[in-house]
Amino acid sequence: MIVQLTVNGEDRHAEVAGWESLLWVLREDLGLTGTKGACEQGECGSCSVILDGEVVCSCLVMAADADGADVTTVEGLGTPEDLHPVQEAFVAEGAVQCGYCTPGLVVAAAHLLETNRRPEPDQIREALSGNLCRCTGYGAVLRAIEAAREAM
Amino acid sequence: MEYVRPKALGEALDALAAFDDPTPLAGGTDLMVEVNLSHRRPDVVVSLRALDELRRWDDTWIGAGVTFARLEGADDPALAQLARTVGSPQIRAAATLGGNLGTASPAGDSLPFLAAADAHVVLQSTAGERRLRWDEFFVGPKQTVRRPDELIVGVELPSRPERQAFAKVGVRQAMVISVVSCCVLRDPSGVTRVALGSVGPTVLRATGAEEVASQAVRLTDTDLEEFQRRVSAEVRPITDHRSTAEYRRHAAGVVARRALERCLR
Repeated sequence: MIVQLTVNGEDRHAEVAGWESLLWVLREDLGLTGTKGACEQGECGSCSVILDGEVVCSCLVMAADADGADVTTVEGLGTPEDLHPVQEAFVAEGAVQCGYCTPGLVVAAAHLLETNRRPEPDQIREALSGNLCRCTGYGAVLRAIEAAREAM
Repeated sequence: MEYVRPKALGEALDALAAFDDPTPLAGGTDLMVEVNLSHRRPDVVVSLRALDELRRWDDTWIGAGVTFARLEGADDPALAQLARTVGSPQIRAAATLGGNLGTASPAGDSLPFLAAADAHVVLQSTAGERRLRWDEFFVGPKQTVRRPDELIVGVELPSRPERQAFAKVGVRQAMVISVVSCCVLRDPSGVTRVALGSVGPTVLRATGAEEVASQAVRLTDTDLEEFQRRVSAEVRPITDHRSTAEYRRHAAGVVARRALERCLR
């Protein structure tokens, strides 16, 4: 079937054969490789995207079931010339080690700050509880999000 | 794979009746794990995404399509508490109560609350409606009496006391599948109900422990010790990759007592 999506404000479509996840379609069919895949069980959060206003694991969304949905990926948050405040703060704080979890963290953090302008530190931690960083770089990530909160 | 997205409940029931072995898809957080790991290849998927009828929620009814993100705002303290322990924000945004019931994992986080509250699961099909008490619905690990043509439409909640607590033991705070979970409900006259998850083939009630806790409005330390001992004696845990039967038996008594103590405060 053909799946129609609005991705980062643009109309996109992809042909899906069956059980492919939204993650697969974003990366393999639409070339949006900013969204990462790792566990494919919803545990790591590296595939986080905003789907119809909610942060979800795109690996757990059947692409067919996303037909008609609005999707924002990390590519839709900012551009290299015009970074999202969260991206700017991640750069400034050095909140990146290997970088694999970074797109998912940035998407989750951007969504948090769009839905709650003044999150408390525990709310920031809770919002990131579904995003695993195995380099254990959380300290700089939390500082970056607090800095982005002040900047936004 | 055939994919259908009914726009109304009646259409969904027609679809479930029309296909051989259809797979209902709600939040996808259980189904897609199995699909991604190639453990499951559904031939027909009936999406529940468009069914607003399943999202109704009031004091006596929770629609199957209500997400755990919404349940975090529940008035029932135990329901709000358990909802906050489900997966991560990403999982809670998608995962539904109906999915938790349909998957019927012994570790399903909503099940101890539903069992303690004596909830009924409501199933519909083109043949009619069935209303089953929680212990009639769950028959084994990941096994329910739901027929392939039936849809879980929601749960009916009888009135329940304000004093409630949910507690869960896992290897960390977030993104964790329970090793033991427990819900205690206690009414002003002292009548207490305690249900436990992950310590048996299905969620279970510790009725002997309930008797001990229900005998008085004020419980002594001796009563609490006996309550804890009985919970540990009544659970039926196994050893698996998440924990040992011995640890689960011990932890069940400890968390049940803590949950009861929270209800007594």
